Amino acid sequence: MREERSFQIARWVVLVPLIIFTVAPLYVMITSAMKPLVDVQGAFQWLPTNFTLQPFIDIWATVPLAKYFGNSLIVSVCATAFSVVIAIFASYAISRYRFRGRGTFSGVVLSTQMFPGVLFLLPLFIIFVNIDKTLGFTFLYQTQVGLIVTYLTFTLPFSIWMLASYMDGIPRDLDEAARVDGTTALGALFRVILPAARPGIIAVAVYSFMTAWGEILFASQMTNSATRTLSVGLQSYATETDVYWNQIMAASLVVSVPVVLGFLLLQRYLVAGLTAGAVK
Amino acid sequence: MAAALVERPARTVAPGGSARNRGKRRVSRWLVWNKWTPYLLILPAVLMELLIHVIPMLVGMWMSFIGLTQFFITNWATAPGVGFGNYRIALNFNNSLGEKLVQSFGATLGFTLLVVGISFIFGISASLMLQHNFRGRGLLRTVFLIPYALPAYAGIITWKFMFQRDNGLINEFLVNTLHITDDAPFWLIGGNAFVAVVIVAIWQQWPFAFLMTMAGMQGIPDDLHEAASIDGANIWQRIRYITLGMMRPINAVLLLLLFLWTFREFNTPFVLFGPVPPDSANLLTVNIYSSSFIQWNFGLGSAMSVLLMLFLVVIAGGWALWNRRVNRNA
Repeated sequence: MREERSFQIARWVVLVPLIIFTVAPLYVMITSAMKPLVDVQGAFQWLPTNFTLQPFIDIWATVPLAKYFGNSLIVSVCATAFSVVIAIFASYAISRYRFRGRGTFSGVVLSTQMFPGVLFLLPLFIIFVNIDKTLGFTFLYQTQVGLIVTYLTFTLPFSIWMLASYMDGIPRDLDEAARVDGTTALGALFRVILPAARPGIIAVAVYSFMTAWGEILFASQMTNSATRTLSVGLQSYATETDVYWNQIMAASLVVSVPVVLGFLLLQRYLVAGLTAGAVK
Repeated sequence: MAAALVERPARTVAPGGSARNRGKRRVSRWLVWNKWTPYLLILPAVLMELLIHVIPMLVGMWMSFIGLTQFFITNWATAPGVGFGNYRIALNFNNSLGEKLVQSFGATLGFTLLVVGISFIFGISASLMLQHNFRGRGLLRTVFLIPYALPAYAGIITWKFMFQRDNGLINEFLVNTLHITDDAPFWLIGGNAFVAVVIVAIWQQWPFAFLMTMAGMQGIPDDLHEAASIDGANIWQRIRYITLGMMRPINAVLLLLLFLWTFREFNTPFVLFGPVPPDSANLLTVNIYSSSFIQWNFGLGSAMSVLLMLFLVVIAGGWALWNRRVNRNA
């Protein structure tokens, strides 16, 4: 097919502003992370004049970044692992069984996507406090367990929907054949469905991890100084007297690298999984 | 292809006749499987949903009817019932709280319409321009998706730096590069804060619009374009009549999702301005947050959350009705 000249011109007229808009913050983040503090306190410099890597060393001392990093890692990895396992079972049931309550279950799960997080935050806060009071020790409120439980549930609805769409695309003959051969329902799931659904599972895992790693609202109320995650911890680079912009940028860069790299490596799966429901 | 996407939620919520018949046939075939297996499979998901979503939602609705202030936090069972009192306060537009809620609602609506509209236009334009292969296409696709991959706070905090009055990139560009103004404006306080929060939200949202539209366009068969091309349609006509026409169902879903997500957006204003944003950017979710956790009036905060939720339910319901009519006519 021929591309008209007008289209080729229009392409760059549209794309160049979008590239600048998208890349500008990334440029600011990377270059500012390599400037000394005085250079980010004065007028903005387009190019770093006094190049330094000191901010990348200082970030670990100014605030307990390593601890926040570890907390975020524990919470995100656990939330992702549990969420993926629970979503696999639930989506298998939705995709392969017709049972009473299936419609209600899918409906409720999907409709939770509509409600604002603040609506859950207040009651959850009170429910967690009271569960702990009943138990007699701190189990959920401002603990990693509480955060993991919350995040894994956040990602469940979308994960279930995405995985069920993906499994719908796997021919039934495959697991029916396994059933005829005498495997149990779980056997068919583990030996037939899981290997075939791997791209979908990777997509769900990436999505869950990104969600947990980036969550702010619940992290701001459901953590304390011991369980603080990156999303809230990053704001402590601003003190009463100084805002360490170079260190904030360096820290932002450091905490972004794992997720962005993971995303870029697994992009293919995520796009395929995200669109399994939409394009089918 | 596209119809499947639109039908899916409708079918799961209210099974239609055809789905039920198909279901019956399957039931007989799958009856050999243990009847309880599906329930065991969804049990963990049900428990988690109950604990984190369903029960808190019901508690939240109940909380909106009691006077839960800081005096009753540890002893919440003794908080007095106030009936619709919290709603009366929130919706009494003559007092300062009600007035603030109306102003906040207006700001949120304006914010949402701007962000959804512009993000959608950006997303679909980029998808259209990347439809055909050319040098650098793969790289651009990756670059455009980076804001989506970046943790929200990292992106927003960088924008916050760019919007600083004395040492940010925006003012350096406007004052010293373009010489548009001599007086460096404030971006994070006053009326400009609204502009700032809209720009940052677009930066974060449009990659998702790009992702969805790009996937939708991949689903359009090449034959259609080729046939039209042979018939003499130029690329603009093909975009207008084939691509945009085929994309309508996906666009409808995308716009609804963007609207629901943007309307309850919390991260952007919260990271840019902290828990107490300037009036022009006082979005509903942050307003609710500060009523609850800064002023410790949980009852009022819950009442506002329920109102926000009702509004979104009405929007989604209206969308579903409109979508059904459009599909029937089409």
